[in-house]
Amino acid sequence: MPSERRIIYRHIDEPGYTTDLACYQRSGGYEVLRKSVLRKPEELVQEVKDAGLKGRGGAGFPCGMKWGFLDRKSGKPVYLICNADESEPGSYKDRQIIYKDPHQLIEGVVCSAFAIQAKLAFIYIRGEMFEGFRILERAIEEARVANFVGNNILGSGYSVDIIVHRGAGCYICGEETGLIESLEGKRGYPRIKPPYFPAVLGLYNCPTIVNNVETLCQVKHVLDMGGKEFAKIGVPADSGTHIWGLSGHVMRPGYYEIEAGKATVRDLLYDFAGGPPPGRSFKALIPGGSSMKILRFGEKFKVKLPDGSAGEWGVLDIPLDGASFMQCGTAMGTGGMIVMDDSADMVEALSNLNSFYAHESCGQCTPCREGSLWLKRITTRVCNGGGRLEDIDLVKNVADQIAGRTICAHGEAVAWPCQSNVPKFRDEWEAKIRAQMQAREHADENAPAVRKGMRLV
Amino acid sequence: MNLLPKTAEYVERLLPRYPQKRSAMLMVLHAIQEEQGYISREAMEWTAQKLEVTPIQVYEVVTFYPMFRQAPIGRRHVKVCRTLSCALRGAYRVCDSLQENLACGLGQTSEDGNFTVEFVECVAACGSAPVVMVDDKIHENITPEKAPDFAAKLKTETTAAMPPSRH
Ligand SMILES: Cc1cc2nc3c(=O)[nH]c(=O)nc-3n(C[C@H](O)[C@H](O)[C@H](O)COP(=O)(O)O)c2cc1C
Ligand code: SF4
Ligand code: FES
Repeated sequence: MPSERRIIYRHIDEPGYTTDLACYQRSGGYEVLRKSVLRKPEELVQEVKDAGLKGRGGAGFPCGMKWGFLDRKSGKPVYLICNADESEPGSYKDRQIIYKDPHQLIEGVVCSAFAIQAKLAFIYIRGEMFEGFRILERAIEEARVANFVGNNILGSGYSVDIIVHRGAGCYICGEETGLIESLEGKRGYPRIKPPYFPAVLGLYNCPTIVNNVETLCQVKHVLDMGGKEFAKIGVPADSGTHIWGLSGHVMRPGYYEIEAGKATVRDLLYDFAGGPPPGRSFKALIPGGSSMKILRFGEKFKVKLPDGSAGEWGVLDIPLDGASFMQCGTAMGTGGMIVMDDSADMVEALSNLNSFYAHESCGQCTPCREGSLWLKRITTRVCNGGGRLEDIDLVKNVADQIAGRTICAHGEAVAWPCQSNVPKFRDEWEAKIRAQMQAREHADENAPAVRKGMRLV
Repeated sequence: MNLLPKTAEYVERLLPRYPQKRSAMLMVLHAIQEEQGYISREAMEWTAQKLEVTPIQVYEVVTFYPMFRQAPIGRRHVKVCRTLSCALRGAYRVCDSLQENLACGLGQTSEDGNFTVEFVECVAACGSAPVVMVDDKIHENITPEKAPDFAAKLKTETTAAMPPSRH
């Protein structure tokens, strides 16, 4: 049985481990910062490039490459923003770091800020994490007193402050340009790229790097072990460890940190998470946050195996790394995996997500604003007993007209669940709607009972 | 505008930390709501003056972000997560039970003014679903079976002497 390899979560839930600076330092805390500020910032950026570290905020963009895009010619100040908005449904990995090991994040932020020579750093934390905000503020105060944050850090001549900034309940403020607008004190309306690539025109139109909480923690470990050593963890296309956060229908929901590609979905669902509830079997899973395309158990994927030969995987065979999920037509996203057993109604599951996306659309682009509302209305009607067979294609068609036609990737987040759920579970949609049609026909007699609502259980 | 000295001083300390004052918007509004329980028109005007923006620029923020409100609510703010991971583990039944036991309709405030019950979207604790937030505290694994006891406990904790929720 594969085992966990805890790097980021090494001390999470360890008995006696606290959020205090003293505790963090007892386990080697801030030693990486101490040695990093003695090096040249460009060297640190190179380490991150050598490590092959990919962003952990959902899109998996190479971190070192992003840092390389910073506009240095403009002479404007550079800002670093840590994205702690964690609001992709199914994701709860950053919360563990913020609540249980805040100094690891702060060390990651300061190391990264030094590497990119940021003038100021922000941690944008979602508003609902009231306690997380207090924990971070307290930890930063401790770090400031110990000279790990603030002026002339450890005598290096480099100074940086960290401002913890609270969001106020908007998913779209997790999108990096929406976040920047929000941090400027405005509505969180995402900006169009080009020209607003944050590394060129970010906060206050200055070069800005936005990285996820976990990414910045990974940076600390890259700098600790060296980029080339770090790159040996995991698989060539995807280095380091991934934190898989399971939710839904498994016996042991929870988080598991596993070396990339060194275990499969089978290992994760059965060995780590204890399989489905008694008497149930798995039906579907969404790999990493609700926006990613759903997989149906029983599906087969034609793939290229590591040795270059052609192969076939079922859902359980998929290795746990970003590239492997891509081969199966989806993506690992944030690793927040939502699992559904055979008791779940797939139309209700989609309808639940459609409500979410309709609520969260910022409203700037017509396809996303109108489309997400239509999708919600259609699937809610189907759930409430008013389904028509043509709704099945309608949902797919509306979704097809959103993806790729919007300012930000929320458009894809709206479309992907529909575009994957509908064709893969068409049989369920048809059966549900046919039963409703029958019930409507016999409305006056003893109508056959149909399931109504979108309560899922 | 009658802000407690504590809040006003907090705002004064906050503003110079940001490269531009307007950036402190959400933090100032949070501070006001956590003192007064909501954002009044007067508070928006005060904020506009502090941040050197127009009142409409504050208003458009208050109306965009779900956590801000323009009127007081019940003494306890009960927020039930309804998104997929919680729904798969019974969130809708939890919400029914809380509504019944707290005598409070969804999106409404109970007659005695004690509770406001709302659905919210994923609060990033999906592994311990179903999740219910009460004011600024998160409560995990509140299954439909546990919901009645959870409601009973909330009822005993909540007294008429408490001010409207500030969270
Ligand atoms: C609708 C939407 C919501 C997002 N929410 C988050 C979030 O809550 N946290 C996060 O780190 N990234 C989120 N992202 C991704 C960010 O835009 C950005 O890619 C990420 O923060 C970059 O960090 P990384 O390179 O370290 O992964 C979201 C993207 C979209 C389109
Ligand atoms: S895609 Fe949706 S969320 Fe993104 S900018 Fe357009 S309307 Fe807003
Ligand atoms: S779905 Fe409820 S906390 Fe994420």
